[in-house]
Order: sequence, then structure tokens, then C-alpha cells
Amino acid sequence: MTNQTQWANICETSEILPNIGVCALFKNQQVAIFKVIDQEGAEQLFAINNYCPFSRSNTISRGIAGNINNKIVIASPLYKQHFDLETGICIEDQNVKISTYPVRLKGSTVQLAA
Amino acid sequence: MSDKIKLVVIGNGPVGHNFLEALVESGQSEHYQVTVFGEEPLPAYDRVHLTSWFKNQDVADINMVKEGFYPQNNFTLFTGEKVTNIDRFKQIVTSESGQEIAYDKIILATGSFPFVPPVPGHQRDNVFVYRTIDDLEKMTAAAKNSKVGAVIGGGLLGLEAAKALMDLGLETHVVEFAPRLMAVQVDDGGGAMLSKKIQDLGVSVHTQKNTQNIAAGESNFHKMSFADGTELNTDIIVFSAGIRPRDELARNAGLGMGARGGVVINNNCVTSDDNIYAIGEVALWNNQIFGLIAPGNAMAKAAVDHLTGTGTIEFAGADMSTKLKLMGVDVASIGDAHGNTPNSRSYTYVNDREEVYKKIVVSEDDKHLLGAVLIGDAAEYGSLLQFMLNKMELPSEPEGLILPSVDGSSSGIGVDALPDSAVLCSCMNVSKADVVDAVQAGACDMGAIKSCTKAATGCGGCTALVTQVLNNELEKQGVEVNTDLCEHFAYTRQDLYNIIRVDNIKTFEELLDKYGTGLGCDICKPTAANILASCWNEHVFNHNLQGLQDTNDYYMGNMQKDGTYSVVPRIAGGEITPNKLIVLGEVANKYNLYTKITGGQRVDLFGARSEQLPMIWRELVDAGFETGHAYGKSLRTVKSCVGSNWCRYGVQDSMGMSIRLENRYKGLRSPHKLKMAVSGCTRECAEAQSKDVGVIATESGWNMYVCGNGGMKPRHADLFASDLSDSDLIQYIDRFFMFYIRTADRLQRTSVWMDNMEGGLEYLKSVIIDDKLGLADELEQEMSAVVDTYQCEWKTTIDDPIKMKRFTHFINSDKQDDNIIFTTEREQIRPIATTELELAFEVK
Ligand code: SRM
Ligand SMILES: Cc1cc2nc3c(=O)[nH]c(=O)nc-3n(C[C@H](O)[C@H](O)[C@H](O)COP(=O)(O)OP(=O)(O)OC[C@H]3O[C@@H](n4cnc5c(N)ncnc54)[C@H](O)[C@@H]3O)c2cc1C
Ligand code: SF4
Ligand code: FES
Repeated sequence: MTNQTQWANICETSEILPNIGVCALFKNQQVAIFKVIDQEGAEQLFAINNYCPFSRSNTISRGIAGNINNKIVIASPLYKQHFDLETGICIEDQNVKISTYPVRLKGSTVQLAA
Repeated sequence: MSDKIKLVVIGNGPVGHNFLEALVESGQSEHYQVTVFGEEPLPAYDRVHLTSWFKNQDVADINMVKEGFYPQNNFTLFTGEKVTNIDRFKQIVTSESGQEIAYDKIILATGSFPFVPPVPGHQRDNVFVYRTIDDLEKMTAAAKNSKVGAVIGGGLLGLEAAKALMDLGLETHVVEFAPRLMAVQVDDGGGAMLSKKIQDLGVSVHTQKNTQNIAAGESNFHKMSFADGTELNTDIIVFSAGIRPRDELARNAGLGMGARGGVVINNNCVTSDDNIYAIGEVALWNNQIFGLIAPGNAMAKAAVDHLTGTGTIEFAGADMSTKLKLMGVDVASIGDAHGNTPNSRSYTYVNDREEVYKKIVVSEDDKHLLGAVLIGDAAEYGSLLQFMLNKMELPSEPEGLILPSVDGSSSGIGVDALPDSAVLCSCMNVSKADVVDAVQAGACDMGAIKSCTKAATGCGGCTALVTQVLNNELEKQGVEVNTDLCEHFAYTRQDLYNIIRVDNIKTFEELLDKYGTGLGCDICKPTAANILASCWNEHVFNHNLQGLQDTNDYYMGNMQKDGTYSVVPRIAGGEITPNKLIVLGEVANKYNLYTKITGGQRVDLFGARSEQLPMIWRELVDAGFETGHAYGKSLRTVKSCVGSNWCRYGVQDSMGMSIRLENRYKGLRSPHKLKMAVSGCTRECAEAQSKDVGVIATESGWNMYVCGNGGMKPRHADLFASDLSDSDLIQYIDRFFMFYIRTADRLQRTSVWMDNMEGGLEYLKSVIIDDKLGLADELEQEMSAVVDTYQCEWKTTIDDPIKMKRFTHFINSDKQDDNIIFTTEREQIRPIATTELELAFEVK
């Protein structure tokens, strides 16, 4: 990632509830954004495509976040596959991967980059 | 045909039938031309479970013969046809109706008959024995005009007969000659505790009573007079004074007999005539008659092996240890229960508060178990029996085996220590190796083990042990029997429930902090949310709870395959006004929703986008609808038939009751979904017997059924209580649901919960009806707390603008999800299939 990265404002951090996903429309793509609170109480933001390849539906943002073996994951709501929020790789089938996006907090604003 | 061996089986009881099954299993049955005679009018039924006939008075409940078994195997069965003679010289058997059948081999399986001592008056009317369905039918008929019943004989069967009398609504007495009950199986201390417990249940026990005369009574039909000058007035008498082998055929045919009866057999079950085998209760082996089913089945197997030459199993005697539940009281007796072995030592534990008596008898050096008596709590039966049967060395302080453990850990044996040959289930002769093999072949729950090994399908006494072996084996294979909920909590759902209640925990964070690790996941979060809801019943969207909900709970609708949701308003009991139906139609039209009548007697509207849900529900709530909780592990529907208001057969207002029940339990969160139904009469149009709780109207109230299931593995509900008043019915259901909520596993329907419950239906009754655990008040209070805090989740949500925000698809745009595409079929929408979609793009 270079300095030229273009960050786009998405929403205020207060609009995202801890551990509950939202879906953003970003460059015509659906992006699920999660604010996961880790055990030390620190907030971590993740952004991942909202399209679930197993159910072929835009539903990832409505899954439950958590961890499996030290990986922070999201469980797809329809058939419950887990995706590593860091890499987008599916835990149950390593060949399946969803795109992830750079996401950051600028002041109180959540921003995405391509 | 003619070169087949002519085999005649005399007696179609459990053992005779078991022989035929074993013959088929040997693969040799086609070489035999088999004729079976049974004196009773019905084909073989399970006498061990005779008493359960009372439940429905339906022989189907205890029938042993798989449909088509006799014709498929070309066996000829004559029921209601007694054999009257065996001519060993002409090799012909003759039956009552005069049939003559030639034989090459005979299997004598005529069982035994109840012994009736020749007390003057024993031939009077209303004097019965307890052996056949016919006996039960006669008793039931006589009970209708009777108030008092007495059983003569306080042994195992006598107590079972006493239970039957009690269930028939009679004041019940047990009269025993010996100074204690079950004199053969238990010692004095155990007998005393047993008497006490049985008297607590309302049965009067009279020991040391020698019945000398039965005559016409004044206040009652009979008057019994005892040797000590006392008397007892009763309307019905049941003799249960022991059994005698039905050996008259054999005696007349001149076969070798024991001095006190019984047909003498060798280890191959062959009698003194090489062509005649005897098996079951008629057979005398090593001067012993075996009055239990397991030895009978073992004899059947030995006879098949010898007859067909397909095996070498011989009958080698049998262990007579028993474990039973008599009127809900656990009773077990193992080996040398009386400590008759010279120099043996015994250890006893008596707890008068809990009414528990336990004794073990061990060898002089404390190394081996010789016998045991357990009354009131027989949890250790399985492990103690294995210690004895396998001559396993006892731990250094053997009394620890029966002392209550202070830290809650079990003092039983590790099942790993059992040898492969250890017989876990004696009824069905299933060894540890059989169970292990089944697990290795893929059986991974008790249901599968039962169906492929038959273990635990007899008396049920071995269930706990078989389950332990199963779990142990699964663990070894690395299969997650691990009862931990998930990697975040090393607890079962039941543990977590107790923790949340006792520690008064209100949030997942607190639970995780104190008892878990990591961040949680899609297993433990919804489970915790569910338990928190069962306990505290707060709104699913409450700040601390919302992140825990499955999407269905979170959106208060079931997500469909394309990401849209279904809308299911509650239609209690299936009753709906025309106006409300019109509203449903209008709403469905307005939002273009697919509309269907569900299998639960209500209407489901499909295809709502998340952002449409609040508007749709606004209109429904305004029209008086509430959420139907089609999402969520909670009460679904209480189906009902139309009942006595309209139906010519209805005996109670099933509609009214179902609506009352649905409104009482709506919103109740539970380990899995709950379904109920109410039928207005025994025709059962609401299919109540397939529900978690089913209610069927009777002339005088309601019959309550529990633990039925449709779905993947159907299970008929069990009759739980009869002729209940409205308030008793609701009280029992309150307790039942709350007890289930407390103790079931995650996603365990009541049916599976029941199938895994040690002690089964009787235990459940003792908890819910007799309040054995002293929990009833607590359970009722917990239920009323839930009922009092009910809110329609949708109504609360649409009244709160903040809660409404979550329903938009995008956080930063008002656009819709363009991946939701419908097509139409039969004038309604449906999600377009991927194949159709691809086609559409190609055409473009
Ligand atoms: C809509 C309906 C089918 C229909 O079109 O008629 C239906 C639809 C679903 N059923 Fe059902 N079941 C429906 C009646 C039944 C019935 C019949 C009944 O209730 O009398 C049964 C058998 C009875 C029983 O449960 O004992 C039934 C046995 C199941 C099972 C198997 C349960 C089991 O114990 O084996 C599942 C799977 C599960 O729950 O794990 C299931 C699961 C489902 C799910 C939740 C599957 C899912 O996760 O998406 C479906 C959700 C539908 C939705 O979006 O609302 N559904 N389902 C019925 C809704 C009834 C209602 O008004 O609430
Ligand atoms: C109420 C009750 C509860 C019991 N509970 C238990 C228990 O918990 N555990 C346990 O192990 N055992 C229990 N038993 C004992 C168990 O039922 C018997 O051990 C078992 O039934 C013996 O089977 P059988 O086939 O040898 O004899 P039976 O069951 O007596 O069957 C013999 C059959 O042969 C028929 N017959 C007899 N003579 C002729 C003839 N001449 N021609 C044609 N047919 C004939 C009889 O009518 C009968 O149907 C219980 C018994 C009763 C009555
Ligand atoms: S039977 Fe299967 S497909 Fe049909 S509604 Fe029930 S769960 Fe869905
Ligand atoms: S020991 Fe009776 S069923 Fe297993």
C-alpha cells in the first residue's frame, strides 16, 4: 500500500455496533464492515465482500463474528461456513476466498480503500 | 419341500420368538419347514414390558413381531392353538383343534405360569394373575367397578402388579408372606427402605401375612383372612406368588424332569430326547429355572447354534442381577446380595433423608465385588455389575463406590478398563466389543447404537453404561463427543444454564469473562442469547444481546436462500377472522410477497427484503397481529382441531385450550423449537401425538402427551398424565417445559432429550408429577416470570426508531440489494434460479 491510496468515507464509527456487521456500497461493490472488540477491549475494523459464494447471496454482513483457533472469523448466516476476516479465506474450504479491503478509522469516520 | 427338516416350535412367547429371529439370522432358516404353535390369541409380545400395555391398551406397543416376519420367512404360525400332545415314537404333535403335524425337531418354549396357592376361595370371581394381555384386560374390566385391590406376593412381579392396580385408580395393598419385600433379591435393610418408599407412594404394605382364606366380604367384594387373625377387605385380588414351568407336555411325553418341575436340558439346550430342545422359563439347567428374559434369549441362541451347526455357543448359566424401576423407585440387586459367601464383608450406606439404601458385598480381602443391593438410587448398577462379572480388582477403599462423591466426580469405573468381552447389555447379549465395532462402523449416537446392536432395547438398565462406552469410543476416534459447547466454553449447555441462573449473569461478556475464553462464535453466542432469554426474557435487541443473535433472531424473520426474509404472524390455534385474513392478503399484495399456508396452520409471507420488514410489520401489528416466532428456538404453533364447538365428536373445547396454551407459551426461548397441538377427541385430528406436548380431550379432562416429534426422525409422544383439569394441565406443562429448558442440550428436541434421559418417562413423571427433585415450585415461578414479561418483539421494535435503523441494506445508501431477483410461477413470485439467471444473461 502506498501513500497514494484513496480512502473513501463510509460512515461514522458510532453507526457500527460492536460485533454486528453493516453493509456499505463502495465502488458498486457490497462490502461488509465489522467492528470486532478483542479480549483486551480494543476495537478492530475489518472489511470483506458481502457476497457469500456458497449461498450466492449478499448476506455476509448478517453473520455472527467470533474467533476460531485464534483467527477472527465471520460465520455466514445461511450455511454457517466461517471466513477469516483478515484474509477472506474460508476455514472449511481453503480454496474459497472472499475479497477483503483496507479499512481504517479517521477521527470518528470509517473509511475504505480499494 | 420334502427334504426340509420339519421343525415345530411350541410356545410363541418372547423366547420362542427370539429363537425364530436367531434362526433367521443364522441364514439357515430356508432348510427348515417351520410350524409355530402359540396358545395365546396374539403373536409374540414383549412380556417384560407387559405393564406398558396399560398406557394405550394397545398391543402394538409391545408387539415383538416385525411386520411380515412369519410369511416372509415361510414360517407357519398358529395362534390361539395349544399343543396337547407330543408323540415321540410317531414324531407327531397334536393340537387342541386336532391338527397333527409330523416333526423332526421340536423347540419347547412353553414358558411358565403364575403359581396360585390353593388358599380356600382362590377360585372366586375377581381373583387374577398377572402374566398375559388377557389377564390385564380382565383386571381392567373388573377395576371399573372396584375401589380396592390387593396383590398377594411382594416380589418383583407383585410390585409391578401393584403399580398396575394403582394406575387403575384403586386403593392398593401388597400382602407378603416374608418379613420384607423382594425377599429373593434384597436384604433386610434394602427391603425396609423399599417398603418405606412404596408406602410413600400410597401403597399399603403388609409383610408377614399368611393368607388363609378368601371369602365374600361385607364392605367389599372379598374379605381376606390372615393366619395372625387380621383381615383385609378388597374388591380385586391378584396372585403373584411365583412361577412354575409349563412342563405338562414334556412330562406326559416322558422327558427328563427336575424334582420340582422344569424340563432338564444340557448346555446345548437339548432335553433327554435328542430331537427336542427346551428353552426359556420351561427349561431346567443345572437344577435352575431362569425367570428372566436374558437367559432365555441366550438359550435360544445356543439352541440355534446346535440345531443348525452354525455356531458353538453353549448355554453356560446366567447372571440373575436385576435393575428395575418399580413405581418410579430404583431397585437393583447384584450377585450375592445377602452376603452368603463365607467370610465376605459388606459396606452399607443409608441416607434417610433421600431414602437411599446401598450395600456392597466384597471378598474377604476387599479385592472383588460379590454382590450389591441398591434402593432409591441405582446409578452405580452398571459399573458395579461390571466389577463383579469381569472379576475386576476393586479400588483400595471399595466403599467409595457407593458413597456420594463430594466433588461431584463419578466414582464409577473408567469404561476403558472393561475387557472387550464384557457384556454391557445382558438382555440382548451385547458386549463392549459389539458396541465398539458399531461405533467404528459409523454409529455415533445412542439411537444408532440401539438400532444396529439392539443394546439397551430390553429392560433399559444398561443405557448409562452403553452411553459411556459410546462416548468413550467416539472420543478415542477424535470425534467431538466432547460435550463442551465450543472452543470458547468447556461446559455443556446445561452447565451454562445453571451458571447463568446461579451467578445471575445478564450478558454474554460477563459469561465469557468469568467462564470462557476467546471472543465467542456462532455456536456459543446464540446459545447464550437463548439461555439469557429463557432466564431473563429481555428483548432480543437489548444492547448487550443483539450481537449474539442468529440472523433469524436479529431480523425477527427466517432468512431465505436469497437473503430475503419470511414473515410469519402468530395465528394462535389456527383460528383467524376473515378480516385478518383480508389484511394478510392486502399486505402480501402490497409488498408482492409469496403466500403459503404452512404445515403449522398459519400463513407465511415470503420474499421480504430486510428494509421492507419494518413497514410490513407496522401494518400487521396495527391490524392486531403479533410475531409468530417462526425464527428463534421457541414455541412455534399450537395446532388445533375445531373441537366441541362444531365437531359432532368433540368432547372438549380444543380451540379454546390451544389458544390459551399458545398465548401462554409464545415467545418462550428453549433449547430447540417447541410444538404443541390440542385435539378435541381421541380421533386426534390435530396430530397431537407428534408434538413436544400434545393434548387430547377426554370425557373428563385432558390427556397430556410429551416428547413427540415429526421431522427427520419421527417419534410418537408418550402418554404422560390422564384426565387432567385445565389448571393441572397447565401446571404440568409449565414444569415440563422449564425442566427441558434447564437440562436439554443445545438443539436437542424433547424427543431426543427423552431418548437420552436416564430413567426415561418414569423419571420424568417423578420429577414433574411427584416432584421428586423438589423443583416444581421453582420451575413454575420461572415460567410465570417468562409469561409475565412477554412482549411482541416486533411491536416493541417498530415503536423504537433506533432499533429500526438496522433494517436498511446499506449503511451509506438507500439502494436495494440488486442480487435479489424474482421470477413468477403460478401467479406468485419466487427467487430466480441460478441457471435461469445465467440463461437470462446469455440472451442479453
Ligand atoms: C414454513 C414451514 C414449511 C411450510 O411451508 O409449511 C417450515 C419451514 C421451515 N422449517 Fe419446518 N416448517 C414448517 C413446519 C414444520 C413441521 C410441521 C409442523 O410443525 O406441524 C415439521 C415437523 C414437525 C416437527 O417439528 O416435529 C417441521 C420440521 C422441521 C425440521 C425438523 C425438526 C426435527 O426435529 O427433525 C427443521 C430443521 C430444524 O429445526 O433443525 C425445520 C426447519 C425449517 C426451516 C426453519 C428451515 C430453515 O432453517 O430455513 C424452514 C423455515 C421457513 C421460514 O422461513 O419460515 N422444520 N417443520 C412450516 C412452518 C410452520 C409454522 O407455521 O411455523
Ligand atoms: C409383568 C412381568 C414383568 C416382567 N419383567 C421382567 C423384567 O423386567 N426382566 C426380565 O428379564 N424378565 C421379566 N419378566 C419375565 C419374562 O417375561 C419371562 O422371562 C419371559 O417372558 C420368558 O419367556 P418364555 O418365552 O420362556 O415364556 P412365556 O413368556 O411364558 O411364553 C410362553 C408362551 O408359550 C405359550 N404356551 C405354553 N404352553 C403351550 C402349549 N402347550 N401350546 C402352545 N403354546 C403354549 C404360552 O401361552 C406363552 O405365550 C417379567 C414377566 C412378567 C409377567
Ligand atoms: S421440509 Fe425442508 S424444504 Fe420444506 S420447508 Fe421444511 S425445511 Fe424447508
Ligand atoms: S440390559 Fe436390559 S436392555 Fe440392556
